Amino acid sequence: MSVLETRGLNAFYGDFQALFGVDVAVGAGETVAIIGANGAGKSTFLKAVVGLIAGAGGEVLFEGRQIGGLRAHEIVRAGISLVPEGRRLFPSLSVEENLRMGAYAGRAGAWSLGRVYELFPVLAEKRQAPATSLSGGQQQMAAIGRALMSNPRLLLCDELSLGLAPAVIKDIYARLAEIVAEGATLVIVEQDINQALAASDRFYCFQEGRVSLGGAAKGFDRAAVTAAYFGV
Amino acid sequence: MEWLSVIVQGTLLGGLYALFAVGLSLTFGIMRLVNIGHGDLIILAAFIALVVVQALGIHPLASLAIVVPAMFALGYLLQRGVLNRTLGESILPPLLVTFGLSVIIENLLLQLFGADTRRLHVGALETDSLVLPGGIAVGLFPLLIFAVAVAVIAALQLLFYRTDLGRAFRATSDDAVTAELMGADNRHLYALAMAIALAVTGVAGVFLAIRSNFDPAIGPSRLIFAFEAVIIGGLGSLWGTLAGAVILGVAQSIGSALRPEWQILAGDITFLVILVLRPNGLFQRTRD
Repeated sequence: MSVLETRGLNAFYGDFQALFGVDVAVGAGETVAIIGANGAGKSTFLKAVVGLIAGAGGEVLFEGRQIGGLRAHEIVRAGISLVPEGRRLFPSLSVEENLRMGAYAGRAGAWSLGRVYELFPVLAEKRQAPATSLSGGQQQMAAIGRALMSNPRLLLCDELSLGLAPAVIKDIYARLAEIVAEGATLVIVEQDINQALAASDRFYCFQEGRVSLGGAAKGFDRAAVTAAYFGV
Repeated sequence: MEWLSVIVQGTLLGGLYALFAVGLSLTFGIMRLVNIGHGDLIILAAFIALVVVQALGIHPLASLAIVVPAMFALGYLLQRGVLNRTLGESILPPLLVTFGLSVIIENLLLQLFGADTRRLHVGALETDSLVLPGGIAVGLFPLLIFAVAVAVIAALQLLFYRTDLGRAFRATSDDAVTAELMGADNRHLYALAMAIALAVTGVAGVFLAIRSNFDPAIGPSRLIFAFEAVIIGGLGSLWGTLAGAVILGVAQSIGSALRPEWQILAGDITFLVILVLRPNGLFQRTRD
């Protein structure tokens, strides 16, 4: 059974339709990349899954259970956590308070403050600092740590590499492997095709709100991906 | 020495204004909701205390045990049932709806109780005073109100900075959508925030009813005092709200000592001067 499965998922911003009948399936323990150009609907897809887009049509199944129509706070309690685009740390909370806020859903599991500090030791050093005083890479680590604190069975990562230096991106993706080893299933959304495909088992390519290509991340046909990405 | 006494009396008056203002400060800080009905809710609490005292024959201060939980419940239901629907991008719908609430409460109280002025009596406690070194007489009841105001604010600070719920309030204030992603149910949190705000308003209403005369029409001017205290102190800071309330109380007290009819005017002028010099108030914390 898939951990996450969408069937004919539609999403709208007012009158504007951003997703058209998207079918995606993610198996347990898999890392799946969603790639696509700016505005292809990648982030919208994640928002629709976590309940941030009201009235999304179609089915969203999480571990076989229909979660479409649930509100965001109910979906995180069910076991899906999102690392939002742009980090979205709480500016008036310290680093540690941000992490503790991540545990507000109250799900038990392997992740705790101590485990997150083991994964990202720099956060332990800055635990009392305001979240906004961190560098971009450290903020991204805090955002990932915060999402892990809810002990998700499915972790969704939106544009982890956005605005970060290549060395920092490499470091963060190295930690993702440790997170997968803990048993989480991952969906990563990226504009950077190479980074995303190197880190994942399978991929979906989105184009103008539709899935234009999908397959194994290794040994893909570069020309086909380019075509699916740009629509040329 | 006479002026020192005026300042002490003004400071203690600030305790009552702080209790008026804390609820307003909380609801604005957490959900950017400006409650125009706040002053009338204080008066509503005073009338609930009046009914409780008359019906049960208990001491006015004992009515707190009923008024505060009743206002807490009213706050939860009001936010959950009505005000949550007004929150969104624009600040205007909650303003309009709470303005309507103000009119409804005032007229409802007028219908039920008439326009007579009322007061709750606590016997000797109304007039007892302590004489401080230097010969300054301090009313025991104003002192009690001030102590309660400080205790309420200290308790709220503990709630906000030492508990999971408080952290969720602050996170929601920063970014409500992301807080929902962490499992915080905003509708419930906002309702709890209004419940806590009105519980404090309940305390304020009972003390107001004992300290001075009240009638259904005086809500809006209590709202103005509360607003002035919040703005002087800076939005989102509870200790700032207490400081703002004390500054307002002292200004009114000095104005009143100069000429009795200058009391309110002196408070309003002080408020305007501070607004010009420090538009964000003295201790602003809330970020937008």
